[in-house]
Amino acid sequence: MSQADLTMHGHSTAGAMAEPAFSVPAKKMAMWLFIIADSATFAGCLVAYGFIRNATPNWPTPFHSITNVAIMTLILLTSSLTMLIGVRAAQAGDKPKAFRWVMITAVAGVLFATLHLREWMGMISEGATLFQNPWGTPLFSSLFFSITGLHLLHVTGGVVALIAVGIRYQGGRYKADDLEITGLYWHFVDLVWMFVVPLVYLLNLSH
Amino acid sequence: MTTAETHKSNEMGKDIAVYVGMLVLAGVQFFIAYQNISVQQMFERMLIVALIEAGLALLFFMHLSENRGLRWFVLIFTVAVILGMQYGWSDSYRLTNGVPWAH
Repeated sequence: MSQADLTMHGHSTAGAMAEPAFSVPAKKMAMWLFIIADSATFAGCLVAYGFIRNATPNWPTPFHSITNVAIMTLILLTSSLTMLIGVRAAQAGDKPKAFRWVMITAVAGVLFATLHLREWMGMISEGATLFQNPWGTPLFSSLFFSITGLHLLHVTGGVVALIAVGIRYQGGRYKADDLEITGLYWHFVDLVWMFVVPLVYLLNLSH
Repeated sequence: MTTAETHKSNEMGKDIAVYVGMLVLAGVQFFIAYQNISVQQMFERMLIVALIEAGLALLFFMHLSENRGLRWFVLIFTVAVILGMQYGWSDSYRLTNGVPWAH
């Protein structure tokens, strides 16, 4: 039986295979699967942090100021909005505007990473390393640097992806859908930060 | 203004409203951090606010509100995995209450 016969009888195997799950294109579905897997990674880290914090007497609360983390939160949340503006411009076919807003998002990511590193440097100068800190149990700094480091790694990867996809979109190699998929990742990084801030920073605030 | 422009303007307005809502919720988390309450109460309140923020981001920024099937797929898988990780809490409490240094 030829392909034409199959199609004629309404049983095209190619058609059946091409039907995307949940009407979502394959690339976008792949990103969603990555996001589900990555949320399990972050959840694992945060739950482990919870176990250890709960089971460790005299857990340190070294943070005196939340100004830096508040600014970082503002930047990351705002970058989600700029990404949305970029994606909407791309969907409307306004390429220069889309490129501009995606690059603004990347700059916000760089700013966030810079502030993050500045905070790390401050803590390191006070004597905190991955294996010790001057405030008590060394587990505190191990978990702090691991969790915030994992998030920082995601932000850095996101910035690289934004720049690469943005440039290729501008050059005509990528489409609006590709920007939207990169945007999904960027919103996910923002979403994770909403859990990292209260658990890792705000619960360890010195009163 | 054409229908397409009106639609675009409405979408942008919704995005900004969600963004402002998330900023307010983030502010609430910082406010809770300065309350004179126990760590457990603080954790519970902050977690509730974080879950609302995450819900807003998923539904509106990541457009899950527009695809019902995908929404359930993501929700069921993610919640199942995260709930599965909670099996160890009893051991964490045992370490707090059942070991010599606890008392």
